[in-house]
Amino acid sequence: MNYTFDYGWLLVYWPVLVKGIGITVELTLVGGVLGVMLGIACAWARALGPSWLRPFVAGYVELIRNTPFLIQLFFIFFGLPALGLRMGELEAANFAMVINLGAYGCEIIRAGIQATPSGQFEAGASLGMSRIQTFRHVVLIPALQRIWPALSSQIVIVMLGSAAVSQIAAEDLTFAANFIQSRTFRAFEAYFVATLIYLALAIGLRQALRGLGWTLFPRRTAR
Amino acid sequence: MDEFTTWDILRNLLLAARWTVLLSLVSFIGGGLVGAALLFARIGSGRIGPTFVKAYVELFQGTPLLMQLFLAFFGLGLLGVDVPAWLAAGVALILWSAAFLTEIWRGCVEAIARGQWEASSSLGMGYVQQMRHVILPQALRIAVPPTVGFSVQVVKGTALTSIIGFVELSKAGTVVTNATFEPFTVYGLVALIYFCLCWPLSKSSQILERKLNVAHRNH
Amino acid sequence: MSLIEITEVKKRFGDNEVLKGINIDVAPGEVIAIIGRSGSGKSTLLRCINGLENIDEGSISVAGAQLLPDELHLKALRLKVGMIFQQFNLFPHLTAGRNVMLSQMVVKKTPKAEAEAMAKTMLERVGLGHKFDAYPDQLSGGQQQRVAIARALAMQPIALLCDEITSALDPELVSEVLAVVKELASEGMTLLMVTHEMRFARDVCSRVVFMHQGRVHEIGKPEEVFSNPKTPELQQFLGMTH
Repeated sequence: MNYTFDYGWLLVYWPVLVKGIGITVELTLVGGVLGVMLGIACAWARALGPSWLRPFVAGYVELIRNTPFLIQLFFIFFGLPALGLRMGELEAANFAMVINLGAYGCEIIRAGIQATPSGQFEAGASLGMSRIQTFRHVVLIPALQRIWPALSSQIVIVMLGSAAVSQIAAEDLTFAANFIQSRTFRAFEAYFVATLIYLALAIGLRQALRGLGWTLFPRRTAR
Repeated sequence: MDEFTTWDILRNLLLAARWTVLLSLVSFIGGGLVGAALLFARIGSGRIGPTFVKAYVELFQGTPLLMQLFLAFFGLGLLGVDVPAWLAAGVALILWSAAFLTEIWRGCVEAIARGQWEASSSLGMGYVQQMRHVILPQALRIAVPPTVGFSVQVVKGTALTSIIGFVELSKAGTVVTNATFEPFTVYGLVALIYFCLCWPLSKSSQILERKLNVAHRNH
Repeated sequence: MSLIEITEVKKRFGDNEVLKGINIDVAPGEVIAIIGRSGSGKSTLLRCINGLENIDEGSISVAGAQLLPDELHLKALRLKVGMIFQQFNLFPHLTAGRNVMLSQMVVKKTPKAEAEAMAKTMLERVGLGHKFDAYPDQLSGGQQQRVAIARALAMQPIALLCDEITSALDPELVSEVLAVVKELASEGMTLLMVTHEMRFARDVCSRVVFMHQGRVHEIGKPEEVFSNPKTPELQQFLGMTH
């Protein structure tokens, strides 16, 4: 192998990378927050909601979990305009990430809800709380705490999966690497650097989520 | 240009889906073999093995599969050979699957109660005998549902190989879209085909899991 | 000559010294009950004798086999000493018969037919000859524990360690397991058992060891220990449990 690695381009192109990191982080934040909220709503609907709603939620969850994120993205960005729903790259990327995390989050959070001892529901009801109030005040927080590690891993997976949004020209970190390699012809180095940044982002995100868990669930309420 | 009927579109997509299936099979089986080797290094008593596998898993689970595909494609290219997309796709997906499978299986081995190790120790069995006769037979049983479940991730993961130019279902979707200008129909059908491939796997994983739980409750 | 010699055994978990110098000699055919509060170190002592825990100081030997923490010595020791656990720890993927056959075949390399015959004999000895093909989850707790005893006996040990073997059982199942142990005792098997069954200890055992805070606090014949406890700790313990 007589190839010499060259990282000199970093001196010129680092702002492109920084911008890409910014977009990836932004996508993850928006997708993470809204996706978890959607997941909670769907989990409630599937576990405790009205029975007419459950099959719809189940259908959505199965559809998303059994198709590739890339195709969901393409369908939203290229396909939906046929129905008059036209979105920008970033909006489409965000939308795709939210519905993707929403579906996975739904199943994870539902497992947490179903692990709630039935006495908790009964205690809530006996205190005169409505079903929604019991869910909101009694069930939800311990349920989230139970599945927080699994939910955190899923959020990291969605962040890593967001690399695909470069394919609809959303200018994320992968897009930046694509751009740099097309200018410098240093494809391996560009993707190598991007990979290391993703690794750092994944480790950082995991730590942040762990910290968030400690803040959200300061007391050990779940078993 | 000729008019494309929906049937034309579907036929072209289905033909390309063969490659999705083939790549999935190769990745899953190859990943299983590499993953099994990693598993033994991970749970063995050595010092280097576990550390190496930990780092390996961290690397492959902590970076996007798309980046791994790029690095395989361009990295193998650095060796001076012209790398066909299918080779880079296969290599990357095998290594990626191996990381996930080895973690899943490690979880299964560690889920076997400590008492099983102690009882077999107290009967005089050595490490290999314990593994072979007591731990692995039980771990394999509980490993089936999550392993089948992971095969869904593999099928979906193959979609990303379209980006490095491997012509499978997703790539065919893009090509057909460019020819027909009917992205809604085409990507809808692509999604449907993926769903038909993945859903039976997801469902059987769930059913197997439920069966296992029922069996466990009989204790 | 002693069969089991436990000399100045010390064991620490981190900063916590669980065994603070234990000395017990067990003669062949003796049945020893080890009693004491939870946390007194009694289970740890038993686990040390089987090499499930490494000891930090002191020595343990069984019929001349020294306890050393390498696979060869451990195997030699474990061939002489069987162990029964609180949670039975049967192998759930094997039938009762296979549970009893497995270690004979893989550890002692006993031919299959011979191992099977031995398994039948041992299961019959614990009154479960008819359950040869049953899986553990088809057996009651008491039956599972009896299979575990048969499994240990099939290795033809010269001593058995019983770690609270009736504590996980429903009260109505305790007696069937104790009956098997009593029979073993009457046949001359050397037994070391950690137990909460005081009546059984009094009726069956040749000596009782009261452990307290990692030490052997009192040791003696059951009639002495139970009727005439010398230390306030044992008096309190017996008052508590009676």
